[in-house]
Amino acid sequence: MNQSTQRFFSRRNASDSPQGLRARGGSDRFYVWTLRGVAMLFSAILLEFVYSIVHQSWPAWTHEGITLLTGTTWNPAASVYGALPLILDTVISTLVALLFAVPIGLGTALVLIFVLPRRLQAIASALVELLAAIPSVVYGLWGLYVLVPWMSATVQPWLASLTGGRWPFSGDNLGAGIMLASVVLAVMILPTIVAISRDVIAALPKDLNEGALSLGASKSQVLRKVILPSAKSGILGAISLGAGRALGETIAVLMVIGGNAQMPRSLFSVGATLASTIATEYTEASPQNLAALGALAVILMALTAGVNVLARRLVNRSSGLSS
Amino acid sequence: MSDGHDAVGNNPGVLKESSITPVLQLRRVNVSFSGRVAVRDVSFDVAPNKITSLIGPSGSGKTTILRSLNRLHDLTKGAKVDGDLLLDGVDIYKGGIATMLLRSRIGMVFQRPNPFPTLSIYDNVVSGLRFNGVRKKSLLDEAAESALISAALWDSVSSRMKVHASTLSGGEQQRLCIARALAVEPEILLMDEPTSSLDPVSTQRIEELMTELKNRVTMVIVTHNMQQAARVSDDCAFLLMADDRAGELIEFGPTDKIFHDPSDARTLDYVHGRFG
Amino acid sequence: MTDTLNSLPPDPIYDRREQIRAITAKTLRRRSRMSQLFTWALSMSLVIALIPLVLVLFTIVQRGGSDLSAAFVTKLPQVPTIGQQNAIGGIANAIIGTLIVAAMAAAMAVPLSLVLGLYLVEMDTRLSRIFRASVEILSGIPSILLGVFAYIFIVLPEHHFSAFAASVALALLMTPVITKSVETAIRGVPDTVTEAGLALGARRSVVARRVVLPAARAGIITGTLLALARAMGETAPLLLVIGATFSQTWDFNPFHAMSALPLLTYSYSGSAFPSQHRAAWGVALVLVLLVLILNLTSRFISARLSRKAQM
Repeated sequence: MNQSTQRFFSRRNASDSPQGLRARGGSDRFYVWTLRGVAMLFSAILLEFVYSIVHQSWPAWTHEGITLLTGTTWNPAASVYGALPLILDTVISTLVALLFAVPIGLGTALVLIFVLPRRLQAIASALVELLAAIPSVVYGLWGLYVLVPWMSATVQPWLASLTGGRWPFSGDNLGAGIMLASVVLAVMILPTIVAISRDVIAALPKDLNEGALSLGASKSQVLRKVILPSAKSGILGAISLGAGRALGETIAVLMVIGGNAQMPRSLFSVGATLASTIATEYTEASPQNLAALGALAVILMALTAGVNVLARRLVNRSSGLSS
Repeated sequence: MSDGHDAVGNNPGVLKESSITPVLQLRRVNVSFSGRVAVRDVSFDVAPNKITSLIGPSGSGKTTILRSLNRLHDLTKGAKVDGDLLLDGVDIYKGGIATMLLRSRIGMVFQRPNPFPTLSIYDNVVSGLRFNGVRKKSLLDEAAESALISAALWDSVSSRMKVHASTLSGGEQQRLCIARALAVEPEILLMDEPTSSLDPVSTQRIEELMTELKNRVTMVIVTHNMQQAARVSDDCAFLLMADDRAGELIEFGPTDKIFHDPSDARTLDYVHGRFG
Repeated sequence: MTDTLNSLPPDPIYDRREQIRAITAKTLRRRSRMSQLFTWALSMSLVIALIPLVLVLFTIVQRGGSDLSAAFVTKLPQVPTIGQQNAIGGIANAIIGTLIVAAMAAAMAVPLSLVLGLYLVEMDTRLSRIFRASVEILSGIPSILLGVFAYIFIVLPEHHFSAFAASVALALLMTPVITKSVETAIRGVPDTVTEAGLALGARRSVVARRVVLPAARAGIITGTLLALARAMGETAPLLLVIGATFSQTWDFNPFHAMSALPLLTYSYSGSAFPSQHRAAWGVALVLVLLVLILNLTSRFISARLSRKAQM
């Protein structure tokens, strides 16, 4: 992506021409070492970040072992620490959110590039990006006071009628719950998916579009058969970045998911995610519970870091392909 | 056949003594982008089973004309094409002609090879047919083989049809793109500087190919390369940029005449490399 | 003219051409209808994507607009009492608190990011690539975890909540964003500019400080404002470390608990008093206005920047 841009002092300047640098005295060496030093310092902070969370959780891992991951009951008051319901709620709400956000996000990205006239394109792009600017607590508030009544009165009864009240739309209809959390998350990750997949698709060579059209393809054939497959890895990257955001979203989920750490029975179940549980229990936890919450933090960190590494790989591979 | 003389009027560019029904006729064609005129008043005829080349310096509107022939400007916001563009006597910009159908009759090969990177060689070749609704395997296979043979690619790829197209060399990729266009069996093939990104050996092979393809399709080719135009084309259109930067047709005629006995002094200067 | 006049294409090709044309003609209508349907569906997805934006903004203005008054933004909060069920007071301390925390976070994140951005541009070593990757991963780490870190790192040893701890968490949130924009902006500075500086015999450090960073100024400011807008709206880290979910004082000591808009929105939304439920919308409206102003300013600068770059 950045092949055309150059480091403004090339590496050659730094190491291969000793006269150039050293002759001018200590100041430049001081400069280089300042840069290095600050980078080292920041790396140390990052390491400390990872270390302190892992360290805090250590007693929980040694004491509980694998049941931390596989236990089906999370009840710190009774010193029972099974994070499985939290992990499941986190993953399920993210997956369902993707189910909404991916088709809409991809569709939006394609409209922005291939359908709208240029002027509208800039406006629509800016509006979609505004979605990302709204703080998550505001989405939470909206979810709590506007969507909860709507879900319980309209959406969820309708969903339940689709399956005759069977899984996955079964159980008590409270409005709040995993389903609503997924809806709110979908709105929140939509701008990420739109922006990245739009950039990835726009970076594809124009030749592909024209090549397909010149064979007599219709617009939808071009998009479905040529553009989307060619941008596949970048789009998967965009989806993963969206997933990463959804996995770690805290306050909006906390406000709409119901706050009950139990094994999810259906999409209507109230639940609690890793992040929302940390947020609600952390400041009032006993040292023992703090270690268990630290373990949740470690699980969440591993999940999001993994998803993000994957996402960066996919996006970078895609931009490498198009240039 | 009959509308030739009158419509030509006083335009010096048009082939006057044509005894062949032209497949493609351009009459006072103008192309503008957001109001800025890029090509002005261009008229000439494309004869069947011949190669017509468009030459001229950069900015003289060669590619713009070529892209108006299969309505690729429809994609460009603000682009406008005026005048008559007749394919077998039917105006391709007036109602009744579907762009998709038009483009299956008039194929195109681009400057840079643009095979679909995610598809195999076979899928690339038959992609146009599939776009056009052809499902029958025997027809697809038959067309693919014929197109690859015509593009002189069959011998080297027939054993690895399932391999990704991106594994081919640049020259092979361009021939794959030619095969891909040919598989739809177009009547006309537009080529936009098809060899400009290729090495001399690949270029020569494609030029040979073009001559062989004449019995299969009519070709219109844009080229920067004088020798190429002289070597492969039968008719030649020479364009220049006017003072307001709009491209104009200076002269049109048999390639021999354009290169050896042009009527316009500017043509003589250009083909002898004195400007542009 | 010459002999090609009557040389029709060889027969099989001619046959096939007819066959293909027939299929094309037959499927044409279905294909163009499919295409229209597809384009329509795509357009609908844009509409669906924008519905939440419209609804959220509409609801906030509708429900929060009535709260907006001079008193609301200049006074301290009041607790509703039996006599005064609807007493809300103002949110002035939360507004100032948000600004203070954001300013402290920026004071840490901006200088740090300038140096880190320079480092990423200047050095291309294995170490710097690993560093770049870790900064990118940090930008995807949930903010709640940064709150956990600030809690362990600052709140636990100090034994009390503080605005400072919150600003550390937000600084960590902002740093990857600003670093990225610094790097991009510096790479956008033409080589000729830096070479001119070097040719005059200036030291690298001087060229960086006097030439490169000023030339990249607009891009850096844009990125900083965006990061600031995002940080101001963050609630999760504050929940763990800032302490005051509801404060009625003018105490702005950075090492004490402090009130902030996002957290106040959250705690009002879960309050036992209906009047505070309603006030949550007012707080949210003020927060959104603040964030949008920062966002639009940044957008305006970057639009002016790109127009200047075109000229």
